[in-house]
Amino acid sequence: MTWVRGIGGLIGLAIVLEAVPRSGAVSPLYFPPFSTIMVALAEEVERASFWSALGKTLESWALGLAIAVCAGAVIGIAIGSSALLRETTRSTIEFLRPIPSVALIPLVTLLFGTTLKSNLILVVYASFWQVLIQVLYGVQDVDPLARETARSYRLSRWEQIRYVIWPTTLPYLMTGVRLAAAVALILTITAELVIGTPGLGKELFLAQTSGAYEIMYVYVVVTGIIGVIVNVLARALERAVMPWHSSLRTEAMP
Amino acid sequence: MADNTRANPSSSAMVEVIGLRKSYDDHHRSIEAIRDVTFTVGAGELVCIIGPSGAGKTTLLKCIAGLLAPSGGQVVLEGQPVTEPPARMAVVFQEYGRSLFPWMSVRENVDLPLKRKHLTAAQREKLVNDALAAVDLADVHRAYPWQLSGGMQQRVAIARAVAYEPHVLLMDEPFAAVDAQTRADLEDLIRRLWRSLGITMLFVTHDIDEAVYLGQRVLVLSSSPTVIMENIAIDLPDDRSQLETRSLPRFAELRKHLYAQIQASKQGRRPAG
Amino acid sequence: MSSDRAIQIVRQMALAMGLPALLFVAWWISSSGSESIFFPPLSNILRTFADVWFSPRIMHDVVPSLVRLFIGYLSAVALGLALGIAIGASRRMRQVIEPVLEFLRAIPPPVLVPIFMLFVGIGDMMKMLVIISGCVWPVLLNTVAGVRALDSVLEEVIRCYRIGMVARLWYFVLPGASPQIFAGMRQALSIGIILMVISEMFAASNGLGFSLVQFQRSFAIPEMWTGIILLGLIGILLAFIFRFVENWMLAWYFGLRRSQRESS
Repeated sequence: MTWVRGIGGLIGLAIVLEAVPRSGAVSPLYFPPFSTIMVALAEEVERASFWSALGKTLESWALGLAIAVCAGAVIGIAIGSSALLRETTRSTIEFLRPIPSVALIPLVTLLFGTTLKSNLILVVYASFWQVLIQVLYGVQDVDPLARETARSYRLSRWEQIRYVIWPTTLPYLMTGVRLAAAVALILTITAELVIGTPGLGKELFLAQTSGAYEIMYVYVVVTGIIGVIVNVLARALERAVMPWHSSLRTEAMP
Repeated sequence: MADNTRANPSSSAMVEVIGLRKSYDDHHRSIEAIRDVTFTVGAGELVCIIGPSGAGKTTLLKCIAGLLAPSGGQVVLEGQPVTEPPARMAVVFQEYGRSLFPWMSVRENVDLPLKRKHLTAAQREKLVNDALAAVDLADVHRAYPWQLSGGMQQRVAIARAVAYEPHVLLMDEPFAAVDAQTRADLEDLIRRLWRSLGITMLFVTHDIDEAVYLGQRVLVLSSSPTVIMENIAIDLPDDRSQLETRSLPRFAELRKHLYAQIQASKQGRRPAG
Repeated sequence: MSSDRAIQIVRQMALAMGLPALLFVAWWISSSGSESIFFPPLSNILRTFADVWFSPRIMHDVVPSLVRLFIGYLSAVALGLALGIAIGASRRMRQVIEPVLEFLRAIPPPVLVPIFMLFVGIGDMMKMLVIISGCVWPVLLNTVAGVRALDSVLEEVIRCYRIGMVARLWYFVLPGASPQIFAGMRQALSIGIILMVISEMFAASNGLGFSLVQFQRSFAIPEMWTGIILLGLIGILLAFIFRFVENWMLAWYFGLRRSQRESS
């Protein structure tokens, strides 16, 4: 019953998007009707350039996300398990975290131009913090009693991490992955849009500058769909790892 | 010595429950929680309602309070039918922790219902101060609810109800989640407030001792689908104290009788006729 | 002040400042003899900082950027709150609208810059619309979640005491949902900063993002670095102010959580 209502909402959206441009309230040149966009989408999907751009975007997203998650997890666990390290790095993290990754765009453009590396630096920088913050929460959530017990059994540092810290931290890590996945996508597309690295963002920009507005909207729709798929997958992953409700944990800044 | 006497011959009826019925629709079938409850509460009375678990005590109270719409029958307050929460009625809920607003101080919590009442700020302040003094919480009026103990939180809820100056006060197992010593203090507080303010009170509880100690009358509910098993007058002296009243032989008799009634009702026995 | 307390304060300050100071010194030293165009000595950068920014540039670029951010952010918050409360209150409406919202919010906000450019050109309006279109989502979605999670017992209290619509909103819905709302507002703030910069990098005649791109294109590297540092400082400052406001408005919430943790 619920999903029926949801489908209804989406159909309603499509109807609005069809009717508004046709009514002339908005110029149909700048805002093509829904059906026109769908037709353009069907055509675009047959072109190799579309799939190559999609592949580039996904490559940059996946690679950047993977690096950010690994770095965030490793560094997060390392810092989190030592009170001294936590204290020492706290101010640095609070300083660096709010720095918008887009500030690096000019630098990265000069250094790496329109290559994958440009994308990766932006994506990794922004996503890393999402993962790190969540992992730090996770390590701090470890039951002190469990940790004491592990220490009294003289488990090595590695064993402590594997049997005590990791299970508690894993759900938090998944939340971090979810947040980082969304951020990584935004930054990938942004880099393609602004710098011009190959990908969906670049195709969108080309479409706009050459006046092919339906195609521009095609790419808007496609990025939206990918965003939804990423969100849904990430949330499923998070739920699979976690026994309790995940929306209790909303967090932090990209 | 049980007989279905109806006390209160002289006072006018404050609350009348007439043929109340409540059923829930659960996809394919209808569950009848309350089948037929009829009783009257006179002005200024303190009536306790007890029954086995699942007897729909809370449902009954919520129907009377106007929070739930009955499926049949009627609730009448001072001659007016109740279709939504009426103006002259206040409720004290069981979950004291969740019934106070955590972002407001004790004082602000008590003050909130008064905002709608077209009173001057000075009048409101007096009502709040008097209510807090009546429950012995005058010195924590700036504290936040989560800084207080469970018993104190429930007292704030009672103060809020009292400051509202209702004609009828409904209480839904208010002391169930509180420790025994605190419960005894709160029971005495209720009796004290009742006697000094003359409010009509309807007190739902699962604790038989509490019902006998507090009430002028006790209504015993059957198990679901609920009807009234019995309507007993508590003929104990008006001046009650934890130590003395509870050791009276009459207390023990009433208690034993009610206990037997509850057991019977749990076994599914219904009232005769 | 006892010597123990003094030692404690010194220790706290050392920990707080230690690593940043170390990193700063490391940057200074490693870049001091630098010949690289892209990584000039830190001393150069700092010297240029005052020249670049303590000048008419403040009024020409910094202030307009921040004003646009301010207006866009607050508009997005107001819009997100209003819509969020309306949607959160009705289960039916929520079920209908949720997939639509999920789709709209999944569109990366920078993507909307070219679209808005078509409709409103490259002026202030475009930038503020971009900021609003990106910032509204976290606020809206978090408000919906917050309104959903309102305690049912409190709702019965509201009904039983016949508390009116406006009072209900002001004393119950908004404060009750505020922890969630603030989480959304924090996400929205960082998105807002990003969009402020991006919208100016695209096509603009003034602003921080615009300056950064100008410096980059004219190879004014130390100036570009000062821009990066300034953006970082602005991000830090805004985050600090936000945390301050949040601690003040949610003091009751942090106190409540603390007392719950202590009792369990």
